[in-house]
Amino acid sequence: MTTLSERLYAIQTRSPEQVAIYLQDARRPDLAITYHQLIRGGYAFSRTYLRERIMPGEVIILILQHGDDLIYSFWGAVLIGAIPSIMPFLTEKLSPEKYRSDLAALISITKPAAIVTYPEFETEIQLALKPGDSVRKVIVTNNREPESEPDLTLLAGLVRAPEDIALLQHSSGTTGLQKGVALSHRAIFNQLNAASVALALTPEDVTVSWLPLYHDMGLIAGFLMPLLSGNTLVLNSPFDWVRAPHRLLQAVSQYKGTLTWLPNFAYNFCAQKIRERHLEGVDLSSWRAVINCSEPVHWESHHAFYERFKAYGLKLEALQASYAMAENVFGVTQSDLSRPPRVEEIDREVFMTHRIACPPLDGHKVLKVMSSGRPLLNTHIRILDEFNKDVPNGKVGEIVLQSDCMLTGYYNRPDATEKALFDGWFLTGDYGYVSNGEVFVSGRKKDMIIVGGRNVYPQDLESLSYEVPGVHAGRSVAFGLFNPEAGTEDVVLIAEVNSEDEVEQQQIADKIREHVTRNSAVALRYVKVVDPKWILKTSSGKTARAANKEKFLKELENQ
Amino acid sequence: MEDLIMTALEEYISTKILKQPGRKIGTDEALISSGMIDSFSLVDLALFVEDKFNVRIDDAELNAQTFNNLNELAALIESRQKK
Repeated sequence: MTTLSERLYAIQTRSPEQVAIYLQDARRPDLAITYHQLIRGGYAFSRTYLRERIMPGEVIILILQHGDDLIYSFWGAVLIGAIPSIMPFLTEKLSPEKYRSDLAALISITKPAAIVTYPEFETEIQLALKPGDSVRKVIVTNNREPESEPDLTLLAGLVRAPEDIALLQHSSGTTGLQKGVALSHRAIFNQLNAASVALALTPEDVTVSWLPLYHDMGLIAGFLMPLLSGNTLVLNSPFDWVRAPHRLLQAVSQYKGTLTWLPNFAYNFCAQKIRERHLEGVDLSSWRAVINCSEPVHWESHHAFYERFKAYGLKLEALQASYAMAENVFGVTQSDLSRPPRVEEIDREVFMTHRIACPPLDGHKVLKVMSSGRPLLNTHIRILDEFNKDVPNGKVGEIVLQSDCMLTGYYNRPDATEKALFDGWFLTGDYGYVSNGEVFVSGRKKDMIIVGGRNVYPQDLESLSYEVPGVHAGRSVAFGLFNPEAGTEDVVLIAEVNSEDEVEQQQIADKIREHVTRNSAVALRYVKVVDPKWILKTSSGKTARAANKEKFLKELENQ
Repeated sequence: MEDLIMTALEEYISTKILKQPGRKIGTDEALISSGMIDSFSLVDLALFVEDKFNVRIDDAELNAQTFNNLNELAALIESRQKK
């Protein structure tokens, strides 16, 4: 068993001049970072952390934009045995006050020893700190030690134990930032080994990714897996990709990319929004797996993507699917790369009413659902009913898993860890069924919304809406609504107000839209202001999100 | 001319992006920095502008610095059309 530092060091000793990362940025030419340079760049941060007396096992929060500073500060932490955790950077749309309070919440639970950021952002960070906080130092990037050849005796990362925590992984929002998934070196390598088998990974593989590194899919599949396997990674930024999705295809063509992970919406986004002029000379024949992951998978999205790009050498069997979560490091299942994922035709009515997947009965409508593949070799899956009893094949229940790559726990949150486990099995909160050994994910037990692969907690959005004058606490409801055109969920927020004046209602709706977006970075697609008593509550006074969603849909249909 | 451009932009944004047909958008109302238009919709807006007004918008221009309200976007479109 090895650790992150030992593996990276071994790779750089074997092939120092091999390119580890081609770092892409729309504003400048691609930057080639060799494995040797990766260690040198990381080591400059290691020495900076040592100068500030950061100890092995202490947490370092990285608040940096996508780029080489983020990459080096991450590896610098790993090399000294500290625990890096990447927090999304403040964007122009997000309110600094909200960002500060999220950061303060993260600090209070995660108790980092240091935060790394840019000099121009230091004041912002200082404002989030309180006397008596765990943070001993805010390290700014221009105050780092110069690059030099590493002195191995200084690198405590090389003598860590496999069960030590290697990194923390947070999901976004106030709720997400308070639950850091702690992953050990052992868990990470067990995941990589199992995933490598499922993907038939070879040294020649080239991963192309634009995913953010604060997200598990970006951090594990789009960063650690290629680097710890000694492969080459082409890394683009999410900001550039969303404005120019063609860059992904151009990068695959230019660097002969073989592997890419995408959330479902990205298949639709690419298929709909890429101009012909940006595809001149593009050759996608090297792409052997484009893996759909991190939000519900839809065969229609694969179909649209294939139809749009087959003329550019895209192979049908390159489109694949996986089911993954940070609590299992990343992958839980993976489809068989030798053929397209299985699409089952099931009886829609029986599925909707009895939650059983069976062949269509005569005259019944057909629902086509796409498989996420088989569990990885090291991961076991069970489907449980509400009494925690196993259900038969084809019957929907909660997906629970057990593996040798599970989280150590939610960091400093034994309460949350205990709640997530049942008899040694991790309760995923996702609904699904198993058919012929393959997992079909069908929904969620929790009310979580997934927008473009990002987890959003409706209660975060609802709380924000209560801060808008005219909206009262407990009187709004947020939920996701699948948008087939976009291939992901649209966010809906409904708020009760006392005013019946249309102009005033419109003003409140605008304010909700602006306030929620600025404080969550989640764009609301529908904001509906309604009269009092519109929102349905359960008998215990809680907001019934599913019932309100149905009511909203009915009104939308009748419009 | 700019009025016609702004009317078309307003209709597109209110109908397609905000899903509130008929919603009025002030000519100097912040579009991007306010979160009214999210990053996923920016490309849609650029594609609409390119097709409708036969101008090119570079992906590096899709940000609040280049245009953040209808006035600025209409001015950008007009300046491109004159070239």
